[in-house]
Amino acid sequence: MVNPQFIHLKVKRRSNPTAAPYWEEFKVPYQPNMNVVSVLMEIRKNPINAKGEKVDPVVWECNCLEEVCGACTMLINGVPRQSCSALTDKLLEQYGENNVITLEPLTKFPVIRDLMIDRQLMFDNLKKVKAWVPVDGSWAIGRGPRLADKVHQWAYPISRCMTCGCCMEACPNVNSKSKFIGPAAVAQVRLFNAHPIGAMHKDMRLEQLVKKGGIQECGNAQNCKRVCPKNINLTAHLAAMNRQTNGYGFRQFLMGDK
Amino acid sequence: MNKGKVIVIGGGLAGLMATMKIAEKQVPVDIISLVPVKRSHSVCAQGGINAALDTKGDNDTIYDHFDDTVYGGDFLANQTPVKGMVEAAPGLIYAMDRMGVMFSRTAEGLLDLRLFGGVKNRRTAFAGATTGQQLLYACDEQVRRLEVAGYVNKYEGWEMIDLIIDDNGVCRGCVAQNLATMEIKSFIGDAVIIATGGAGMIFGKSTNSVINTGSAASIVYQNGVPFSNAEFIQIHPTGMLGTDKTRLMSESARGDGGRIWTYKDGKPWYFLEEKYPAYGNLVPRDIAARAIYDVCVIQGLGIDGKNQVYLDLSHLPADYLNKRLGGIMEIYENFYGDDPRKVPMKIFPAVHYFMGGIHVDWNHMTNIPGLFAAGECDYMYHGANRLGANSLLSALYSGTVAGPAALKYIKGLGKLAEETSKSLGDAVVKKQLEIHNKLTKMSGKENPYKLHEEMGELMTKNVAIVRYNKALAETDVKLQEFQERWNKINIVDSNAYSNQTVMFARQLKNMMELARVITLGALNRNESRGSHYKPDFPKRDDEKFLKTTMAQWTPNGPKFSWEEVDISHIKPRERNYSVDKKVDKEASK
Ligand SMILES: Cc1cc2nc3c(=O)[nH]c(=O)nc-3n(C[C@H](O)[C@H](O)[C@H](O)COP(=O)(O)OP(=O)(O)OC[C@H]3O[C@@H](n4cnc5c(N)ncnc54)[C@H](O)[C@@H]3O)c2cc1C
Ligand code: SF4
Ligand code: SF4
Ligand code: FES
Repeated sequence: MVNPQFIHLKVKRRSNPTAAPYWEEFKVPYQPNMNVVSVLMEIRKNPINAKGEKVDPVVWECNCLEEVCGACTMLINGVPRQSCSALTDKLLEQYGENNVITLEPLTKFPVIRDLMIDRQLMFDNLKKVKAWVPVDGSWAIGRGPRLADKVHQWAYPISRCMTCGCCMEACPNVNSKSKFIGPAAVAQVRLFNAHPIGAMHKDMRLEQLVKKGGIQECGNAQNCKRVCPKNINLTAHLAAMNRQTNGYGFRQFLMGDK
Repeated sequence: MNKGKVIVIGGGLAGLMATMKIAEKQVPVDIISLVPVKRSHSVCAQGGINAALDTKGDNDTIYDHFDDTVYGGDFLANQTPVKGMVEAAPGLIYAMDRMGVMFSRTAEGLLDLRLFGGVKNRRTAFAGATTGQQLLYACDEQVRRLEVAGYVNKYEGWEMIDLIIDDNGVCRGCVAQNLATMEIKSFIGDAVIIATGGAGMIFGKSTNSVINTGSAASIVYQNGVPFSNAEFIQIHPTGMLGTDKTRLMSESARGDGGRIWTYKDGKPWYFLEEKYPAYGNLVPRDIAARAIYDVCVIQGLGIDGKNQVYLDLSHLPADYLNKRLGGIMEIYENFYGDDPRKVPMKIFPAVHYFMGGIHVDWNHMTNIPGLFAAGECDYMYHGANRLGANSLLSALYSGTVAGPAALKYIKGLGKLAEETSKSLGDAVVKKQLEIHNKLTKMSGKENPYKLHEEMGELMTKNVAIVRYNKALAETDVKLQEFQERWNKINIVDSNAYSNQTVMFARQLKNMMELARVITLGALNRNESRGSHYKPDFPKRDDEKFLKTTMAQWTPNGPKFSWEEVDISHIKPRERNYSVDKKVDKEASK
């Protein structure tokens, strides 16, 4: 059982997208069963830093507090993860009671202020790979296609991807020099290609995956799978998509329109 | 030809469904949302969505769904709109299935169904324990497709802060503020659909997401739209208390076999099963919540002497639990450290859902022409108590009504807002800029977050599970004191960029307005009905209170009036879950 007097935080701050970053420390009175979000909530109720100076409260994003909306991602002690499910007692157990918990914004996305970032890039990638089932319309026209429970069992976990960006942060091949769309969007292609209606249009998605920035940019470093808070088996899905794109390439070759 | 434009505020299930219906008809939509729509609160819904698909050999019918909903709502819901909803439900679920929702399957590959509270037949389709997430994502994907096709413009990270209403009292758009840059901008449109969800934050801690402040609904109310049935707040029986929020343990935990108990005389006491033999652990939420409150607060029999009882799944096989309830097991494990497959979970009732909301007609238009409301922020489908798994349905369904209704309304318009209302929009922007500038300078001694916490505690203590008139009257006095104290708040953040405190201060002011509507609505209603329970008035009183509460904003607080409820299909009868519900088919045609 940990029972320190304070939770000691060190936050990488920035007052706007163009301002220079700086570090600031806080000491928040310890309570059991806190998480990083509830510590930040304490700071805004009493925004005073560790030196006892009045400062602007730390800005960050959160919403569901149940690890399902994907909003609250940050680097906690250097690891990309959801701050709402980062329990302080566990962090102190893991890193030692006197450890300073460091919070930084993700580095693969533009910072807006403090820990708040702009992940529009990820939504744009979903557009690129056409991550949807192209139904005729939303109207009621009777029962949908059957889906084997067996398929549901592996496809359902992919549908829980909350676009949090942990995998993008961890992937060495997602960086300012590459156009790699990242593992999350690739996994989504597998999901839509598995749906009976989605499968009718699978080539339109595969076409995107073989373009620049597509699946070939993955170097199989496997970092992504380790950090996914939804335990999505990203490397398995990447491998499966590799096979699908190979098949696609071969079909295109046979049809001679390459 | 210019077809006009619709502005949808909120991208939860209701807002996205309305958007889909409009954009599909090639009329452009602007969506304004606090968060990227994919992160809307709808993602939190775990258990499932109701439709009488009758694929389980239970002989379920649409009529049963209708009667369960009306009876569960203690006859306060207008019956004709409810009938429309339950009739549309199967078609809606099948459409969502076509859009790729990963619903859980039977061996035959059909949609699996589970049991939910207040119901005898299996009627709840689900996607593991993350049904809301999957439904929202499917809507999000379809809307993204329509966005790529050029029919939808998204403004994510914007908060609606005012409406644009012209001299004829017609809604012509809204004004919103960017949460990053703080820019204030007008959005001119021919119809506005408010789909901004619930307001759990008024109670401080609830099962809701932190953006669910009800601020937008309060703005609508303060612009002259009546707020209805605010006093009906659903308390979910099984919440898990945390330092930052009360997380929900879904009703599906009981639907799939979970049992509620505490110790009495040293032995496990399954008090729901004992008290309500016909429904057992699956009595509706208001009844279960009150029983737990009674056991803990009145009888002092909570576990470890605290306000908590057990919700027990540990007698069920782990692989069954993983498959059907994986999502919620994870939440309990991740946030509380214990493994619910091995030890019973500790739970206590928590504020969960707003049955009441913005008053609309049956086409979801408010009394302001051109202004619509849909989803949890409206008041339409759940009466005095909502049945589990009915609100994902009402959110989607109300979107399918509001969207087409807005289209129809626009067709009948003489002139489009674009030609007429630009300068009007500029005036509202100017007004809001002044308010914003004043806000940023507030330098009193009240911290807005602490003030909010105090308000939440007061509301939870006096206006939640059990209500007494004396405490309600005192609460209203206190709330007015809070409103005074609000004038002395301090915007603790000096940064002009992404200033969350300024936005929160605005929301807090609006929350206070609604808190009074809830409290006074409860004070006025001297009866017990659905979620609204007064020990001093333990019975339902149809003669006096089979009526919709209508609160009208005035500078001196809400003014109340009442409207008749549509009971044209099912005759009101006593709601009693100790015995099996009898369907009165004769009286209902
Ligand atoms: C934990 C939990 C579990 C639940 N489980 C179930 C279940 O199993 N079955 C069921 O049927 N129901 C369930 N519900 C209820 C159901 O989830 C909600 O009622 C429903 O999702 C509401 O959808 P909505 O579209 O009305 O609003 P929301 O999904 O809340 O969306 C509101 C939208 O409005 C936006 N917004 C709000 N204010 C503003 C503003 N001022 N300016 C701009 N945008 C704004 C937000 O950004 C968001 O996009 C559950 C609820 C909770 C809390
Ligand atoms: S496996 Fe591929 S996608 Fe995942 S981290 Fe490695 S390079 Fe990136
Ligand atoms: S795949 Fe996992 S880590 Fe990546 S965005 Fe989705 S949920 Fe987050
Ligand atoms: S707040 Fe939603 S994932 Fe953390």
